[in-house]
Order: sequence, then C-alpha cells, then structure tokens
Amino acid sequence: MVRLIAFLVGVFFSGMLLIGLVDTVVGAIKEPALPTAEHEFHKTPKAVSFAHDGPLGKFDTAQLQRGLKIYAEVCSACHSLKLVSFRDFAALGYDEDQVKAIAKGWKTEVPSLNPETGEPATRPAIPADKIPSPFANEVAARAANNNALPPDLSLITKARANGPAYVYSLLIGYENGQPAELLKKFPDAKTPDGLHYNPYFANLNIAMAAPLTADDQVTYDDGTKATKQQMAKDVAAFLTWTAEPKLENRKSAGWAALGFLIIFTVLAWMSYKSIWADKKH
Amino acid sequence: MSFPWANEYKPQSAVTKWVDERLPLPRLVYNAIGAGYPVPRNLNYFWNFGVLAGVALVIQIVTGIVLAMHYYASVEGAFNSVEHIMRDVNAGWFVRYAHMNGASFFFIVVYIHIFRGLFYGSYKAPREMIWLLGVVIFLLMMATAFMGYVLPWGQMSFWGAQVITGFFSAIPLVGEPLRQLLLGGFAPDQAALNRFFSLHYLLPFVIAGVIILHIWALHIPGSSNPTGVSIKGEQDTVPFHPYYTAKDGFGLGVFLIAFVAITFFTPNLLGHPDNYIPANPLSTPAHIVPEWYFLPFYAILKAFTVNFGIPFTGIVLIEAKLMGVLAMFGSILLLFFLPWLDTSPVRSGHYRPLFRKFFWYGLIPSLVVLTYCGAQPPYTQWVVLSQVAAAYYFAHFLIILPIVSRIERPLPLPNSITEAVTGKPLQTATA
Amino acid sequence: MATVKKTTGTSKAPRKKASEASAELTETTSNASAQDSETSHSEGEGVRRRDFIHIATVSFAGVGAAAVAIPLVSQMSASADVLAMASIEVDVSAIQSGQAIKTSWRKQPVFIRNLTAPEIAEANKVNIGSLREPQTLAERTQPGKENWLITMGVCTHLGCVPLGAAAGEVKGEYGGYFCPCHGSHYDTAGRIRKGPAPLNLKVPEYAFLSDTVVKIG
Repeated sequence: MVRLIAFLVGVFFSGMLLIGLVDTVVGAIKEPALPTAEHEFHKTPKAVSFAHDGPLGKFDTAQLQRGLKIYAEVCSACHSLKLVSFRDFAALGYDEDQVKAIAKGWKTEVPSLNPETGEPATRPAIPADKIPSPFANEVAARAANNNALPPDLSLITKARANGPAYVYSLLIGYENGQPAELLKKFPDAKTPDGLHYNPYFANLNIAMAAPLTADDQVTYDDGTKATKQQMAKDVAAFLTWTAEPKLENRKSAGWAALGFLIIFTVLAWMSYKSIWADKKH
Repeated sequence: MSFPWANEYKPQSAVTKWVDERLPLPRLVYNAIGAGYPVPRNLNYFWNFGVLAGVALVIQIVTGIVLAMHYYASVEGAFNSVEHIMRDVNAGWFVRYAHMNGASFFFIVVYIHIFRGLFYGSYKAPREMIWLLGVVIFLLMMATAFMGYVLPWGQMSFWGAQVITGFFSAIPLVGEPLRQLLLGGFAPDQAALNRFFSLHYLLPFVIAGVIILHIWALHIPGSSNPTGVSIKGEQDTVPFHPYYTAKDGFGLGVFLIAFVAITFFTPNLLGHPDNYIPANPLSTPAHIVPEWYFLPFYAILKAFTVNFGIPFTGIVLIEAKLMGVLAMFGSILLLFFLPWLDTSPVRSGHYRPLFRKFFWYGLIPSLVVLTYCGAQPPYTQWVVLSQVAAAYYFAHFLIILPIVSRIERPLPLPNSITEAVTGKPLQTATA
Repeated sequence: MATVKKTTGTSKAPRKKASEASAELTETTSNASAQDSETSHSEGEGVRRRDFIHIATVSFAGVGAAAVAIPLVSQMSASADVLAMASIEVDVSAIQSGQAIKTSWRKQPVFIRNLTAPEIAEANKVNIGSLREPQTLAERTQPGKENWLITMGVCTHLGCVPLGAAAGEVKGEYGGYFCPCHGSHYDTAGRIRKGPAPLNLKVPEYAFLSDTVVKIG
C-alpha cells in the first residue's frame, strides 16, 4: 500500500515537472527572453591587489591613513560610516592625541542637547563617538541627493560581491556617456537625467556623480602622488578595514589554530594506527 | 544491548562503586560510547560523521550561548548588535564567525552522514527507528538554521523570512491567517524576530534530546557496517573505546582543520553579501537565495511552473505555487517512508549493482544539479535543468527504488564481517 | 610464529600499563599465546613510545579545549565601547554652596557637592584617629577646591545609593549622606561614621579643567 501510494505520488510530481519542462521549453521558444542592457554591458570588477589580500596579508596602515583622508574629504560629504568610532582609528597607526584631534576636527559635529535649554544642539566629537553622519536622517539624505539614498559605507566591501575590487572599479569606472553600441542596441536604455553611466554598477546607471574627478583632488600627507587610481585604491583599502577591522587578528589566530590542529591530527593519527595495529579491518 | 561478549563496567575504586550503585551514569556512558559497546570492526571513514555531527552541535550551542549574551532581538538593534559583537566584544568576531560557519559545517557533516545511511542501507530493518529519528533531527536542524539566519536582520534575513513564511500562504483557505499567526503580523517585524530568537535558542536543545533517542535506538541493534551483514560473533566487533574513539579523534582533527581554514581565512565564503545590508522592508534584493544547504529544496520549489488542473477546461485543482511548496516538503517527508520503499533484503550498496548505479549516476548528480540551479536566477536553462533533476529525485525514491529492489540480483554476500575483512571464516566461539 | 610473538608482545604490554584502558582491550582474537610470558624487555621501548603518543594526543586535545575556552570566557569582560566611555566632563558652575548633584560615570552615580563653610569646619573638627578609615577632608578634595567634595554615590557596604545629594533628602546623623539600605551614616566629608559600611565613600579620579568644569575619570 505504501509503495502504491508512493508510486502514484512519484508519478504525479515527476509528471508535473516534466509537463512543466515542456511548458518552459515551449515558452522559451515562443517568447525567448529578451536580452537586457544590464546583462550585456555590466562589467565584473577589475582585478586589483591589496596588501591585506591572501592568508598572510596585513593592512598597509599608510594606505589606510590615505584612505581615511579620501573618506573624510570626499565621501563623507554624503556617505555615513555609522559603525566606526573615532577610537577605532588607533588601529590605523594614530596615537591617542591624534585620534582626539581627528575627532575634534571632524567637519560634522555630534548631535547633542543644549544643557541649559534642552534644545537640539551639536558638540565636537570625542574618540568614544561614532563617526557623525552627514545627514540627520534618511529623509534629509534623500532630499539633498535627488531622492537617492547614499548607502552607509561601514560594511560596503562586505555587502558587495568582491567588495574591495568593486569599490575601486566603481570609483574609476565612470564613462563619458553611454557607449554608442549600447544605445544602438537598446535605445530605451538611455541613462535617465540625473543618473550617471557606470558599467560596474548593477543596473549601469548610478545616482552618484563621479566623486574622484581629477588627480591631486586630495593632497596626501605622506607625499604619495594622488592619482585617481591611487585614491580609489586607498579608499577601497580603508573601507575594507572599516568592514573587517579584525582581519589581522583573524588571520594570525587562524595560523595558530591551524598549526596546533595539524600537530594534534598527526598525533591522533599515530594513536589511531597504533591502537589498530593488531586488528585487521 | 544484546551482545553477550560486551565488556562489563567494573568500577575500579570505592567512589566509582558507590556512584555506580546509586546513579549508574558512568556505566551508561561506558556502555554507550565506551568499551562496553561492541562495534563492527570494518567501519570506514564515513562512519566518523555521526560523532562529527554531535561535535558540530556542541560547537553551535556553545558559540550560540555566547552570542546570545551580546545579541539583542530588536528590529532597530539586531543588525548593530551583531556588528557590535564583530567589532567591540572581546573575541566576538571569532565566536560569531565560528557560529556562522559552524552551521554550514553542521550541514556538511549531516549530509555526508545521511548519504552514508542511504548508500549502505542503514535505514533498513532493524534500524528503521534510527532513520526516522534522524529525519526528525534533520527537519529540526532546518528550522533552527532558518530562524538563525533571520536573527542578524540583514536583507537576506528579512527577505528569507518573508519568502519562507510565504510558503504557508500557498495553502488554500487557511494560508494567509496561518502566515499571520507565524509572523505575528502582516510582514516580518519585531514580533517575528523575537519569536524566532526564542525558538532558535530552544530548538538546539530539542535536537540534543532527539539525538539521545537516536543513539538509544542505535544501541538496540548496534551499528551497521559497510558490508551490511549483521554481527555474528565476537570476532566481528571491537570495543568502541579505544578503537573508535581513536579513529574519531583523528577524524575530528581533520574536520577541525577544514572548519578553521574556512572560519579564519574566508569566513564569508558561504554567506551572501546582501546580509551585510540592514533589512529594508521597502526594497527586495535583486536576487534572493537561501543558504547553500537549502538550495536543492529551493530549486525544487522553483521547478514547479504549471498549474495542475483538468485539461481544456481551465479548472485549476492545485496551483503551481502550492504544488512547489508541497513538493518541497514532500522531498524531505518521503524520507520517512524510505525503509518501506526499498524492500531489498540486502543493505549495503556494495552488493547491489543496480541500486549502486542509480545512486551514483542518478541521485547524487540530481542533487548536485539542484544545488547549483537553486542559486541561479530564473533563466530558462536553469529552470529546465532543475525540472529534470527534481523529476529524477522524486522518481528515484518513489518509483525507481521500489522497482529496483524487486528486480535486482544482488551480488553474493560474505558470510560474516570477519570473513569480509580477513578472508578467513568466522570461528564461532565454542570454547 | 615469529609474527605472532611480535603482535602479542606489543599489543599486550599497553594493556598492562594503561590500567583503565586495559579492560576494553581484553582478548578478542589472541588467547592462548597471549598468556605466554613473552612480554620481553626488548619491547619495553615500543611500549613507552606508544603510551607517549596516546598521552600526547589526549593532552593536546585538553590544551586545545582550554585554549578555546579563553575567548569564550573573555568575551564576557567589558567590550571596547564600554571601556571607551571611561571619562566624563561636568560643568559645576550651577551648583550653589550647600547643594549637590548626582551625575553618572561608568554607569554609576557620582555625587558632586559644594560644601558650606560650616560643613567644612565640621569635617575638619573630627579627630582623625577615631575614624574607621582615617582621612582628612583635604586628602579627599583637591588643593584650593576644598569646597568641592566629589565622591562615588555607592555605599561601601553593599552598593546602594546613599541619600543626601538631592534637596530634601535625609542627610544622616552626621549631615553628609545616609544609606537607607542598612543604615550607614557618612559625614560632610563623605567618611563613614556609623553603620555597617567599612570604608569612606570612594573618591574617583578627577581633575578641574577650569574653575567650572571637572573631568571625572
């Protein structure tokens, strides 16, 4: 009885799937899926290498400091970094006083209350504060950005596939208008007003205008030549750090754990072999 | 336990003797996973995975209890509390990554454990109850893993909850009220998050309880083995300790090396980037996919594309959506009936030439294809492939296995485990 | 026969040595020959080496478990964001003589009290030798700022918050603070005078950044 019911259920499910298969194939032949501009013109991120890549990679703190400068002078005008505190910058190689100075000099102040009146006010940041956001809330952010919401950047390199390379490619991937080939093939896919063509962006048209417009847009303190590529790479490295500040601890702990486990496994194997030595199996 | 030659627990000291007379817990352990449990001598490495699954559960419970000390189940705070764990809690990143990847490794070892049972016929008499309890554990694991994935309240968490509870709305009449009951609202929100946290904390202990039953049921007939031949005498077995404790120790080392390599060097490999974006009820990710261990079932769900109705009348009896949901649950529930679908008296796939072909060239490829297709966008080629693979999956268990077990001519079985191992016949102990 | 001798010899010896583990290793295949007293001395070396491997394996597992326990326990100690909130700045310009305020530092109450001249005089009158924890008012305040008594608002007995900082609260028999939980009385220098508390109210680390702003921590 069980087998009979099973047989009928099996025939039903498999049969419906095979009918569905025919239906899918017929549908695909009758109405083939139309190609889309996103599908044909979207590019995967450029290959780029960082000091922190690979199981032995460590952050290049000089690069992270340069990246912070790019964030502070360029990105932070629109993008928040809500999950990072000023005190975290100690990991970039700054000492306590420098961290205090960075916090105090940050161009956005921290929202607070006027102690006398209770009215909303602002005060200079201290190391314990999170990085203040450029906009008070989402409505304000949208209002200032043509109804687009600049995403928080704290986790951006983990929230995008191949994140560091994506950030790098997106920043230098702006093109002067759409390729003629695209417009010829997809006349309807013209970049809408107020958006910008960038083949590394998922749907090709991004609200953000190219943020890195010229070499030497930012003057590096360490004398590194601030080319567009250099700036994009430095800020991508910085945003990798903001997303994964414990990356170095993680890798070094990993090596210690692996080394220990390999010795343990060899010992356990010898133990196993010696216990089974007199037993054929 | 029915092996007369099993070692008996003999308390060595006055203290252990005193304890044994009052609460024979050491005796229970000795007989369950100690020297008092005779095990076939010919188990291969696939038999390591039961113990490894137990270890994986312990890893999940320990790291989970720690995470619960810092996590808070609030719609506003959940995402940030996870990031607080990752950034500010001492060693929090380690605990969180271990828990996150621990779930994947739990499923890896459990899947190997299940396929070992499928190939070697471990579900057959007299071990049906072990198998049934195992399927219960598997279902509980899936529920636990799903609810755990919702807790960080990222985009995939939110939309996963939305889609999975959406399954229930496919049920006619009661569907939508049932979904609202499960969610405590019209969409996943605070009520859903809180109850998922509560249940996610509870279910692992339920799993631990069912595992105890699973092991209890195992100790009635004793372990199966790669030949599938029953234990016939003392020479067929070795005591679990030290023989299999040593082997499991080695297996544990290899397992932990793989676990550590992933956890410390590519911790996000098995996750999805979208779950690092806070949940946004107003914007769906471009492409929703579940965790990898749910992909075959997700592919089955998506594979049903036509309504079932009376041809040419336009009357729909079962909508495609409902059928997909039924099939997805059915694909797991059918495992409950497996012991009665495969009626071959031979257990091990080694001695079943036809079964073996269908297993290696049918079942395994169909599941690989389903896993792959589950992660793909709904393009024609992936839909077609998953329809073929899903059709095979159901046919394999519900049609092919019952027929194969009737018509197949098994290879000659060895007379005993000892004979299979040493080539010499078993000496029945008459001394 | 030579091979038999070797296997029985090596496999039997650990049975005798590892006493607990011996029970389970009892005869399965070998029997008569194992009874022979052939556990020769030459096998001793191999025996010790094998025991060593088992002991090393188990010890390694133990050390590994202990190493994993460290992060699992240390996660409970104060996290980086809690440690970062270690100091606060308070503007005391609004506190009139004779008044006190309660503020919060490290999630604990701090009393900041502007002492009156009679209160200071009373505190200085006390015979230091008679105190449970001998301290002068000067030792508990900062030079030139003797009127500013800054103490933790945590009773040294069992951690209740004493009364006396807010207007209208009972100040106890010595005019300072009074802890209602178990009846500890503190004087105008925050010193314990009567009741079960063993120590004076703790003075946190603080510094006046200006005449009106004090930094605690």
